Amino acid sequence: MKPAPFDYFAPAATEEALSLLAEHGYDAKVLAGGQSLIPMMNFRLVQPSILVDLNNIAELAYLREGEDGGLRIGAMTRHRQVETSPLAAKRAPLIHAAMSKIAYPQVRTRGTFGGSVSHADPSAELPALSLALRGKFRLRSQRGERWVPAEEFFVSLFTTVLEPDELLVEASIPPMPPRSGWSLQEVARRPHDFALMGVAAVVTLDEKGLCKEARLTFISAGDRPMAAERAAEALKGQAPSPQVMKEAAEIASTQEIDPSSDIHATAEFRRHLANVLTRRALEQAFQRAAETTQEG
Amino acid sequence: MSNTFALTVTVNGTRYERSVEPRTLLSDFLRHDLGLTGTHVGCEHGVCGACSVLMDGQPIRSCLTFAVQAHGHEITTVEGLGTKEELHPIQQAFQEAHGLQCGFCTPGILTTVKAFLEQNPNPSEEEIREALSGNLCRCTGYQHIIEAVELAAEKMRG
Repeated sequence: MKPAPFDYFAPAATEEALSLLAEHGYDAKVLAGGQSLIPMMNFRLVQPSILVDLNNIAELAYLREGEDGGLRIGAMTRHRQVETSPLAAKRAPLIHAAMSKIAYPQVRTRGTFGGSVSHADPSAELPALSLALRGKFRLRSQRGERWVPAEEFFVSLFTTVLEPDELLVEASIPPMPPRSGWSLQEVARRPHDFALMGVAAVVTLDEKGLCKEARLTFISAGDRPMAAERAAEALKGQAPSPQVMKEAAEIASTQEIDPSSDIHATAEFRRHLANVLTRRALEQAFQRAAETTQEG
Repeated sequence: MSNTFALTVTVNGTRYERSVEPRTLLSDFLRHDLGLTGTHVGCEHGVCGACSVLMDGQPIRSCLTFAVQAHGHEITTVEGLGTKEELHPIQQAFQEAHGLQCGFCTPGILTTVKAFLEQNPNPSEEEIREALSGNLCRCTGYQHIIEAVELAAEKMRG
C-alpha cells in the first residue's frame, strides 16, 4: 500500500503553515500526528495533492495552566505528553485519565490533541471529552482568529467548522467547578480498540449534595460526539439516587443518541451499552463529587 | 509531482543521506532504501504493530510515519538491538522463554519492549500487557511473550 504522490511542506512556524493553507486551501491537508490520516492515505481513501506537516512547529506543542485554572493544550501536543503530565492530571483529570485508553503506546507517541479533535472521528475519545468539559478551540487563519466551543465545532462525520484555510492551534479545557466528579466508561472488544460505546459524565453537586449540573457525552453514538441534554436536565436538582441515574440513562440511551449498526455491533446493542455505561458513569462521577466535597 | 526530499537520518547509530519521495513510508524506507529488513510490514495501517521502531527512543509505527518526518531524528530498529553473536538481553530472554514462534511480530515487539523497559524497569504483568497492547501475535497466545518480558526485565536490572 502506497499513498498517492503529494507535494510536501514542513513549515517551522504557525504563520508559515497559515500562509500555505491560505494559498492552497482545499488542495492541502494538514498532517499532525498522522495516526488517522496516514492510514487513510495508505488505503488511498484520501489523496491530498499537498501535505502541510505541522511536526516541525515546536510552538504548537505545549501544556500550560489556563487563566481560568483549566488546561491549555497546544494542537501538536502528543497524547503521550498529556498522559505523562502532572499538570494535565491536576488541571484536566478526565482528559488525563482518558489518554491511556486512546489506541496504543506507539500511536500515542505520535498522535496529537489537535489532530484528534480536527479529525472529528465520532469513535474517538477527545472530541466527546472536550464536549463533556465544555472545552473550546482556537482556530487561526490569515484572516484572523476565533474561539469555537466544542458544542459548535463538530458538524458531522469527520466534519468540523474548520475552513480550508484555518488551523486549530489550541484547545482550552476549563476547570471543573468545586464539588465535581467525572467518569469515562467504555466497552471495546479489545482494550484500546475504538470503543463500541463510550460515555463521559461530569457532574457537580450543590452545597446540599443535590445535582447542580450534569454533562453526559457519548462516543460511537452518532455521526459526531453526542451530548445528552435532556438526561442531564432530568438530573438537575435531584439527589443522586440509583433511581434517578437509571432514569437519566434511559432517556439518554433511548432518546438522545443515534448509534448505527456495523460489523462490530448492532444499534440496539449499542443503545443497551449506552444505558448500562451511563449508569456506571453517573455512579462513579457522583461518588467522586461526593468525595471531593468531603475533602473540602 | 514526484518531487524528492534530501533526507538525513540516523538509524542504529549510522548516519544516512538519501533522496526520498515524500510519500515513502518510513517502514518502506528502512526496508527498501536501507536494506534493513528486520522491520516487518504487516497491515500497513497501524493495527498490527509489526513495523514498530523507535524514534528518538519512543515507540512509533513506521508505517504511519513518512520517511521525511524522520529527518534529523534517530531511529532504532531491531538490527540496532543486538548481534547474532551477542544478543540484546531482551532478545536473549525471548529465546530462553520461547517468546516467539513464527517471529513475524517479534521485531516490533522487541523495539517496543526496549523503550518500555527503559521507562519502567520493574513492570507488573498488567503493565506489560498494556505496553504490548499495540502488537499483535497470531502464534503464541501472548503468555510466553509476557514471560519473556518479565525475564528481560530481570536480566536488565542485573
